[in-house]
Amino acid sequence: MATSYSKVGEMTTNDGVPLKVSLQRSQRKLKIWAFLLVAPLLLFIIVSFIIPVVNMSLRGVENPQVHTIMPNVTKALARWEGVDLPDEATYAALVLDLQEGRKNKNIGKVASRLNYERSGMRRVISGSARKAVKLTEGPYKKQMIKIDKSWGDVAVWSLIKRESGQFTFSYLISAVDYRTNDQGNIEAKPENKQIYKALFGRTLIMSFTITAICILLAYPIAYLLATLPLAKSNLLMILVLLPFWTSLLVRTTTWIVLLQTQGVLNDVLVWMNIIDEAGRLQMIFNKTGTIVAMTHILLPFMILPLYSVMKTIPPTYMRAALSLGANPVVAFVRVYIPMTVSGIGAGSLLVFILSIGYYITPALVGGQSGLLISNMIAYHMQNSLNWGLAGALGFILLVIVMVFYSIFNKVIGIDKMKMG
Amino acid sequence: MKKLLKLSIIATAIAAVSLGSIAQAEETFTVVSWGGAYTKSQQRAYSEPYTAKTGTKFLHEDKSGTALAGIRSQVEANNVTWDLVDILEGDAMIACDEGLVEEINYDEILAAAPDGTPASADFLGGLNGCFIPQIYYATLFAFNDEMFPGEKPSTIADVFDLEKFPGKRALEKIPAGNLEWALMAWGVAPDKVYDLLDTEEGIALAFKKLDTIKDSVIWWEAGAQPPQLLSDKEVSIASGYNGRFFGAQVNEKQPFTIIWDGQVAEIDGWVVPKGKLTDEMKAYIKFATDTQRLADQSKYISYGPARKSSAAFVDKHADTGIDMKPHMPTSPANFTNPIIKNAEWWANNKDDMSERFNAWLSK
Repeated sequence: MATSYSKVGEMTTNDGVPLKVSLQRSQRKLKIWAFLLVAPLLLFIIVSFIIPVVNMSLRGVENPQVHTIMPNVTKALARWEGVDLPDEATYAALVLDLQEGRKNKNIGKVASRLNYERSGMRRVISGSARKAVKLTEGPYKKQMIKIDKSWGDVAVWSLIKRESGQFTFSYLISAVDYRTNDQGNIEAKPENKQIYKALFGRTLIMSFTITAICILLAYPIAYLLATLPLAKSNLLMILVLLPFWTSLLVRTTTWIVLLQTQGVLNDVLVWMNIIDEAGRLQMIFNKTGTIVAMTHILLPFMILPLYSVMKTIPPTYMRAALSLGANPVVAFVRVYIPMTVSGIGAGSLLVFILSIGYYITPALVGGQSGLLISNMIAYHMQNSLNWGLAGALGFILLVIVMVFYSIFNKVIGIDKMKMG
Repeated sequence: MKKLLKLSIIATAIAAVSLGSIAQAEETFTVVSWGGAYTKSQQRAYSEPYTAKTGTKFLHEDKSGTALAGIRSQVEANNVTWDLVDILEGDAMIACDEGLVEEINYDEILAAAPDGTPASADFLGGLNGCFIPQIYYATLFAFNDEMFPGEKPSTIADVFDLEKFPGKRALEKIPAGNLEWALMAWGVAPDKVYDLLDTEEGIALAFKKLDTIKDSVIWWEAGAQPPQLLSDKEVSIASGYNGRFFGAQVNEKQPFTIIWDGQVAEIDGWVVPKGKLTDEMKAYIKFATDTQRLADQSKYISYGPARKSSAAFVDKHADTGIDMKPHMPTSPANFTNPIIKNAEWWANNKDDMSERFNAWLSK
């Protein structure tokens, strides 16, 4: 076809411009218009979402402290082999960097950074900087070791050399409960310091559990919503949406009132003589509390997509299956459920991804056993101030979500999804 | 129409400029603190008298719980909005070393004592470069009298003795304090606690003791929780800040008794974020940390003033008329067996200890 056109000569518009060009021109205008219309949203997403995500992920590998604040030591250590203590020139570089860092008041950043890797490095760096200001002439090696005996420890120098690069993997290593030992080998952290792997596992298991419970609870409700007469289904819809519109904190604290040991549910159980005063159940500030509260909060995200899919399924299909001889169970399983898969998929994806990053509810009702990985990220952002580790944990969480998303895409297909 | 538009733009511009200058004439300080009764005591002792004197206005934010994170992010973003921040000594040291807060020339900025003693000799400690100490407060145990009709707990060892003194315990969800108490419960003397915590065995011992009560602990995170947990009888013994327990005893007539044994004494005070040490701020700091003002704060909350010379001015509670001296953590009767919190030790070991503590909690 294309060749035949070129033989005949190009088609042109009235004013002699080739049709192709003219068409492109008018389409370009439309494209620009379309782009301008979405530009504010695009800009908003870039500024408020993509840049922060990239920035935080980068913090998980960035390591500027030693590199920029102790440039002389960094340079001197580059040719150090790491067997014996470094030479006099390195100690001289150390004194220079400490003095400079003390003057610019940024040596504390190095101290904080190295303290994450080895307890006591804050004292070594800050204390030495305070005293190194007074040093005027060499030889520095002896004087520095006198100021703090840690400077006579090869392991301390290895640590500084290891963390003197512009980028580091130590946060990512630490985020999966590993560490680099004094010999420079990566090994598992001692048992009494392992926490993140278990938390990642718990977060995934809890998210799956919550998603599964949501499917079980939401399916009948969505079915009722889609099949009841309008008046009744409207009322039911309001019952679904009212809690959805209620503040998250209100709903979470309500569960505390209901479930705590001196709470409503326990009182009722005691009053009915099902349990005695001493046997009050611990239903909140643990895993149970987290699952109950989060399931309640995320339920509408499952009901609504399911409902929108079920609404489009003509009731005649089921009737046809029944009239062709299937019993109700077979008809439901083989005809109805397959048609709702896109709704289940959409709802599961929403609930799963929301719950994997949930943090307020578990913080309030999770106690110790119900805490999730996001609570640890918040802890490192606000309390320990180890933003590098927070970035690394967040990055790993993001990768996990992406992996699940792509598995989901392979199995169900994102194009088949209906969000409601 | 266009003229009207122009006119209105000019008018708005003039209004904005003049408003701006008015705002400048009336200085406003954003002061960050711990909230609740503590912020109120600072308002009544420091900022309200200062407003009456100079017209300076104060905005109070209750963000001290995450003060260091706040200062760091504001300084890193080059957008410092806090003028004065209430912070613990250990965090102040870190902020100072990282260059996030202003260094203080103590004898120049702080007022001398009434007898002329320079400030640097009058404060009880904590003058380490950037930190402006205000109060000594104690983290300690208190119990609900009604839950122990017979023998009452009186030592740290009693707190860890679930058989003799049954009931749940409320502890703060941080390693600081709990590790020290755990060692004290083994019988370690308060001044040997940090030496022992410097060793692997010492840390293991502390966690071993905490293991014995772990299943009976409710962990709290906000200072308002322990008095609440005690009065609800959810726990029988709770750790908490002495000022909060005092408030519940006095204002709400709660039947609480404080165990002064093993109180963890610590200094709390101010830091000035980078770039905020203006002449106006210096004037306010001089006013708010003089001998009389620090003593005034103890009229509203039972925390000990951080100046030696203030002790003589500690008076009666402003609302109830109770003599405040016996309620000060620093009064001799209460200060018999204290742990002086080693802020430097914690600055060095907080990362490591928190990691262990969190791992221990999640098991």
